[in-house]
Amino acid sequence: MSAVADTHAQEHHHGPAKGISRWLLTTNHKDIGSMYLMFSFAMFLLGGSMAMVIRAELFQPGLQIVEPEFFNQMTTMHGLIMVFGAVMPAFVGLANWMLPLMIGAPDMALPRMNNWSFWLLPCAFLILVSTLFMQGGAPNFGWTFYAPLSTTYGPPSTTFFIFAVHIMGVSSIMGAINVIATILNMRAPGMTLMKMPLFVWTWLITAFLLIAVMPVLAGVVTMMLMDIHFGTSFFDASGGGDPVLFQHVFWFFGHPEVYIMILPAFGAISHIVAAFSRKPLFGYASMVYAVGAIAVLSFLVWAHHMFTVGMPIAGQLFFMYATLLIAVPTGVKVFNWVTTMFRGSLSFEAPMLFAVAFIILFTIGGFSGLMLAIAPADFQYHDTYFVVAHFHYVLVPGAIFGIFASAYFWLPKWTGHMYDETLAKTHFWLSFVGMNLAFFPMHFLGLAGMPRRIPDYALQFTDFNMISSIGAFMFGVTQLLFLFIVVKCARGGEKAAAKPWDGAEGLEWTVPSPAPYHTFSTPPEVK
Amino acid sequence: MANETTKNQPARRSNTRVIGWCLSGVVGMFAFGFALVPLYEVFCEITGINGKTGGRYEAGVTQQVDDNRTVRVQFLASNGPGMTWEFRPVVRSVDVHPGEVISVNFYAANGTDQAMVGQAVPSLSPSEGTQFFHKTECFCFNQQPLEAGESVEMPLIFIVDRDLPEHITKLTLSYTLYDQGKQAEVSRSAQTQTTTNNNG
Repeated sequence: MSAVADTHAQEHHHGPAKGISRWLLTTNHKDIGSMYLMFSFAMFLLGGSMAMVIRAELFQPGLQIVEPEFFNQMTTMHGLIMVFGAVMPAFVGLANWMLPLMIGAPDMALPRMNNWSFWLLPCAFLILVSTLFMQGGAPNFGWTFYAPLSTTYGPPSTTFFIFAVHIMGVSSIMGAINVIATILNMRAPGMTLMKMPLFVWTWLITAFLLIAVMPVLAGVVTMMLMDIHFGTSFFDASGGGDPVLFQHVFWFFGHPEVYIMILPAFGAISHIVAAFSRKPLFGYASMVYAVGAIAVLSFLVWAHHMFTVGMPIAGQLFFMYATLLIAVPTGVKVFNWVTTMFRGSLSFEAPMLFAVAFIILFTIGGFSGLMLAIAPADFQYHDTYFVVAHFHYVLVPGAIFGIFASAYFWLPKWTGHMYDETLAKTHFWLSFVGMNLAFFPMHFLGLAGMPRRIPDYALQFTDFNMISSIGAFMFGVTQLLFLFIVVKCARGGEKAAAKPWDGAEGLEWTVPSPAPYHTFSTPPEVK
Repeated sequence: MANETTKNQPARRSNTRVIGWCLSGVVGMFAFGFALVPLYEVFCEITGINGKTGGRYEAGVTQQVDDNRTVRVQFLASNGPGMTWEFRPVVRSVDVHPGEVISVNFYAANGTDQAMVGQAVPSLSPSEGTQFFHKTECFCFNQQPLEAGESVEMPLIFIVDRDLPEHITKLTLSYTLYDQGKQAEVSRSAQTQTTTNNNG
């Protein structure tokens, strides 16, 4: 009798702790997921405001607002913060929130490590951002930190940058291990691998990519550290090293990294397109194999970032064909999304709008990627604004629209309220127009020969740069609307049903909205 | 982990195994990152990418000289950052027949008022020719100490291989001389010892 009473009393204790310690000490996947998402949005605004500085400077030719030195710090920090601070943590946040709900697990497999891997991130970014206020300024060598620009010629704060990258790496690796352990060990009985929702599949593969390449990133910054402080010559020709080696090691990390930033979005988009087409996803198995193929190929194409370093023809051809090959599995995915929509009963709520824009614009980014992959043409495009246009087309309407789509799709589950659909659609259309205004003219600028990472440019580029800047300001300001929508949704609004989207499928919709602090204490049965 | 069901027991146990595998993957990939350094070195040496000419060439059988073909070998010399020596090839270019053993000199003078050590690093262009350019003796194999005001003519003996692809008619060998100043004190105290460096 007393045993029963005890269990009962314990269950009452199981709500969130009060005050700040709830957030500092939490091991709850939903709390940690929320913190990841909030942190990532804060970083998105910070990195975005740096982009605003860049676009303001480029509004007109000539040096207008900032010194070239500071401009370089802005491009560098914008890239680093967006990649490591905004996109990656946002996906880890989504994984934290949704993976246990999707596979019917009570929490992540390693909840304490989960807490630690989150709290390392603010520390890492505190260090990274603090370099802005150091003597000699923040890192100014671009987010790719090519040696010897970052070793021999880097500012003194480079060491802090290296340390920050180490901490981020540790955080990402711990997050990845947690995801793998959760997916492999905590699935509800009956959920075989090929019954897993696609978001779970894409995250499993992403986690393996993270484990494979984040240590290589840690290695390359360690080599930099040793070159700077301990007299080694990994990248210093005078001591027998080779600066080109840096690029090989960096891009061996860097190319899988770009898939780390897009694969989870592929998964989420697959759910959303199916839900708002009110049809099951077309070609589930081929989707899984396509993601696997992309992941494997991503290790074989790194040198397409460095066609111009003086590779032999055989090397250029190999990396060119391997890169073009990636279009095949990616094409399979786009085909499946389109086919899922084909003759579906479509409706266009905000998540679907973002998802459809994702498919169209990501494909455009993919096509400019194909252009860049052609080695002889790349000699023309290399290091121009065409490259900037390309990777912003895959990252902004790719990764970031994927995150927005996911956020709107699952906000009712997280908050228990429906978001304001009119405002969300406004957010979509302003983002869509702003983003295209900002990045589409960059294709033309690049083809006309405007180099990237410069604070000033020739007069003939003025018009396109102005359009681009106006688009960027529009996109930037619009994101404050997103903040408003999310806050409004968290504070109140129309009550959301357990399954607010009639076409949605998956275990996450079987728990009430908002999802209780503890879910699936008893695993559900999957047939 | 507030899970009281017994169904998850086997799963819980294997978490350690998953972490173990993942961590060994992490350690392995970290090591692989560093392994890329020697791998790259070997790869470049075999293929001659990056114009990295190999180490000392042991001429086994003397090659027959191909008198019908002439290849022009040009020499460039430049200083690395912070290097103040005068450094130039004694001849700008030579016309050689493949198979011929050629000897040329490079001139270096330390115009500063202190003893310094220099290290030359070669690079050959086009890189396709790298495998067919053999150095039997090169000042770049060793570090070069020079007293204040001292000058030296440094030898380079090379053979252009007969198998050099037909379409290559010109090879450019460039040396960059780097200041190894830190070792100056060391080499002065042990001047009789030859400083060697495995730099190709």
